[in-house]
Amino acid sequence: MTDTVEHAAKTPDVEQPWAALGLRGDEYARIRETLGRRPTSCELAIYSVMWSEHCSYKSSKVHLRRFTELPDETPLGKTLAGIGENAGVVDIGQGYAATFKVESHNHPSFVEPYQGAATGVGGIVRDILAMGARPVALLDPLRFGPADAPDTRRVLPGVVAGIAGYGNCLGLPTVGGEVVFDSSYAGNPLVNVLCVGVMRHEDVHRAHASGVGNRVVLYGARTGGDGIGGVSVLASETFGDEGPSKRPSVQVGDPFLEKLLIECTLELFGEGLVAGIQDLGGAGLSCATSELASAGDGGMHITLDRVPLRDASLTPEEILMSESQERMMAVVRPADVERFLAVCAKWDVPATVLGEVTDTGRLVVEWAGEVVVDVPPRTVASEGPVYQRPYARPQAQDALIAAGSDRLPRPAGGAELRETLLRMAAAPNLSAKTWVTEQYDRYVQGSTVLAQPEDAGVIRVDADSGLGVAVATDGNARFVALDPYAGAQLALAEAYRNVAVTGARPLAVTDCLNFGSPEDPGVMWQFAEAVRGLADGCRVLGVPVTGGNVSFYNSTGDTAVLPTPVVGVLGVLDDVRRRTPLGFSRAGAALFQLGETRDELDGSEWANVVHGHLGGVPPRVDLEAERRLAEILVAASGEGLLDAAHDLADGGLAQALVESCLRGGSGARVEVPEGTDPFAFLFAESAARAVVALSPGAEARFSELCAEHDYPVERIGVIADAGPDSRVDPELELRDLFTIPLAELREAHERTLPDLFD
Amino acid sequence: MRVGVVTFPGSLDDRDAVRAVALAGGEPVALWHADADLRGVEAVVLPGGFSYGDYLRCGAIARHAPVMGPLLKAAGAGLPVLGICNGFQVLCEARLLPGALIRNDRRRFVCRDQRLRVESSASAWTSAYEPGEEIVVPVKNGEGGYVADERTLDSLEAEGRVVLRYVGGNPNGSARDIAGVTDASGRVVGLMPHPEHAVDPLTGPSTDGLGFFASLLHRVAAA
Repeated sequence: MTDTVEHAAKTPDVEQPWAALGLRGDEYARIRETLGRRPTSCELAIYSVMWSEHCSYKSSKVHLRRFTELPDETPLGKTLAGIGENAGVVDIGQGYAATFKVESHNHPSFVEPYQGAATGVGGIVRDILAMGARPVALLDPLRFGPADAPDTRRVLPGVVAGIAGYGNCLGLPTVGGEVVFDSSYAGNPLVNVLCVGVMRHEDVHRAHASGVGNRVVLYGARTGGDGIGGVSVLASETFGDEGPSKRPSVQVGDPFLEKLLIECTLELFGEGLVAGIQDLGGAGLSCATSELASAGDGGMHITLDRVPLRDASLTPEEILMSESQERMMAVVRPADVERFLAVCAKWDVPATVLGEVTDTGRLVVEWAGEVVVDVPPRTVASEGPVYQRPYARPQAQDALIAAGSDRLPRPAGGAELRETLLRMAAAPNLSAKTWVTEQYDRYVQGSTVLAQPEDAGVIRVDADSGLGVAVATDGNARFVALDPYAGAQLALAEAYRNVAVTGARPLAVTDCLNFGSPEDPGVMWQFAEAVRGLADGCRVLGVPVTGGNVSFYNSTGDTAVLPTPVVGVLGVLDDVRRRTPLGFSRAGAALFQLGETRDELDGSEWANVVHGHLGGVPPRVDLEAERRLAEILVAASGEGLLDAAHDLADGGLAQALVESCLRGGSGARVEVPEGTDPFAFLFAESAARAVVALSPGAEARFSELCAEHDYPVERIGVIADAGPDSRVDPELELRDLFTIPLAELREAHERTLPDLFD
Repeated sequence: MRVGVVTFPGSLDDRDAVRAVALAGGEPVALWHADADLRGVEAVVLPGGFSYGDYLRCGAIARHAPVMGPLLKAAGAGLPVLGICNGFQVLCEARLLPGALIRNDRRRFVCRDQRLRVESSASAWTSAYEPGEEIVVPVKNGEGGYVADERTLDSLEAEGRVVLRYVGGNPNGSARDIAGVTDASGRVVGLMPHPEHAVDPLTGPSTDGLGFFASLLHRVAAA
């Protein structure tokens, strides 16, 4: 029988499976105290998912406050929406706004790589859509176990095919991201997805249910039993073994329906038929109803029997918990309901009025004519438990820092340096990612100006003015392991720099914080330090964190993954025709290196690839320098001084030269500056650096620009032979050290992933 | 010239096709899959995408969309029709073009800038090119492997109905590197590559794709 509110009030002593649902004893007690009785099984289901780490941020909240304390201003003015909304929204000028957010779908992607990754795309796209924006691009920061591990052959192709299968079918260009291998991710890949959307200022929508009497409409896919995790415990508790329990906990995606949902929703916005909106993601209806109600007039009354089902045997608990994909919930004025339903019908999207907004301060759910939920929605959605988890710097940290890379044997002389460069260019982390990115449609929508392997994806927003956005994601977890505070800032700095390198002005930040168990004080210390580093870094750079996601409990066996804050930065280009690509293409162009190279090899790819070593201190962080470097790159792009530019990061200058030469099909003649150690020159990973190829006649003005910003700059060579038309086979030459034909370089750089995964 | 671009549920490159038609000097007209007539257009583009999710077989459901009734009739009477990618699949399903498109030989979606050779300038959609001309246009498909029986392939070759061929690597295992074919009249053309993504050097690898849309306008102007 149904566990109604009335029944629950009369039967206080019924044993409830709160522990099996992941609640703690004190949390269960708090629910009872809030309600003044025991919860019904439906209420218990709602609280258990909404108070989960994933939905409530109960372990991270106290730290994430550092982000909300930042000024909510970008270099272009106040943010239009920030943390707490489905995604942050920033002004990008000319009346346009951009919204963007990165989220994780790590655990499902290990269990079922294709669907896990696919539904990860679907979820973040609906977040962006819910803000009122047309989704315009995706980026996918991915982390896998060792490239040659047998399980990586299962996980990586599945994840990539899932992202491609869903994203391509939705008609969203994938323009960037990362692919990084490390043994710590062997049993726990990281699948993060960033989506960018664009809208006019006046089209920004919010997630709130206001206006008493307004209708609550569920539209999109029918609700099925997929994605029900812990709630199956409840179902079997209620019904015994013959009930529909133990549903698969990974959701199954339908990108075609999501595409219809996008077009349908944008038409609904366009017709002015939406008073409030929220996507259904984690925790399904429980989350959408309680969050909409608590952000609005505080009450909602819905009839659960009306939810269209894929499986008629679902219990009310399961319907409330189901994470079936491709669903949205809208708040609609009564006079608009008919038109709303007509638009949905045009797009063949099922839509159902479930109930209405009330001012009772209660979320009331009816099932079979009886009340099964009657709770204050804020206690579910925003006033859940908050923990001050203990954290402590691990004792092993000192030993890790002490074991620097200075004792590792280094290559000496031209032949050894040449061999090292080729070996690194072919290492999985530095090798070409074409095998992955070729599976993503980067052209759809016709507005992609730059896509991977460029430093940032660039999307044209306005075809007339040329206004566009640039987005990059980065996160070197090896640096974070050595020093979470500095490492997180280096991730921020790199993404910020990658946006600036294209000529875009960095505006705002989103982050996906992937860590181990928050119950481990050492992990919690990494997390707290990383958040502190990011927040302090954003303050210096003058960019706000507008949203993001925390993913805890990432570990392979008992070992936590490398602490991996992935940072996404969004920037704006007033005219995308001025964007700077990374490929070297014009023979004779002078090459300059910006920034200072120090002997910084701790945590580097060189230490990793050649010695399998991780220890020491990460490169020095200088965010003031990063800001000035960005100003130079943006100004130089605007003034048309640059043919090409590439940021220096993993693998150092050597890797940047490899990528830029191969991308443009041109060679380069490079000279090690006098008094500089050739090894550090090529492989050190000092931050705040970039290499640029100047436009004809730009040298004087560019030098002046660097002087104005008091920035170190040095001429290091020239682009040699241009393009496929050249009669000379292009080469990368390090004067007096070595020469490598581009064909040999290409073979080394581009064979690795096909050899592993074909 | 009024050129219709059909949007099926799941069409993705319809707006790009509209843009390409306009860039080439035509007047794009949006057609909806449920339309009962062609609104007086003088040619039609079936764009790329995943019509109806391509859940049955690519193009198999779109082929039965209401708008396809008048389209098939008009094509029979000489209306120029260009099917791009999913549109090509629809045209094969509708039997306006011979053969079929199957899963790529490497079982993966592939998106790359592809070198192509225009084999025939005799069709309504390729007359702006020189026969033998090499162009670069993006391909992006998961089921783009062109197949037909040997006799059909032989006759396509003999009749000059292979209009486009992959050069420098076959991205999907298509028979005889075929990237595009035309019907016997030369008015209905199907292509796997996406010329609508090669109309602006800012957003594509080249402007080599414009010729497909320009061909149509020249032909009408010359007539």
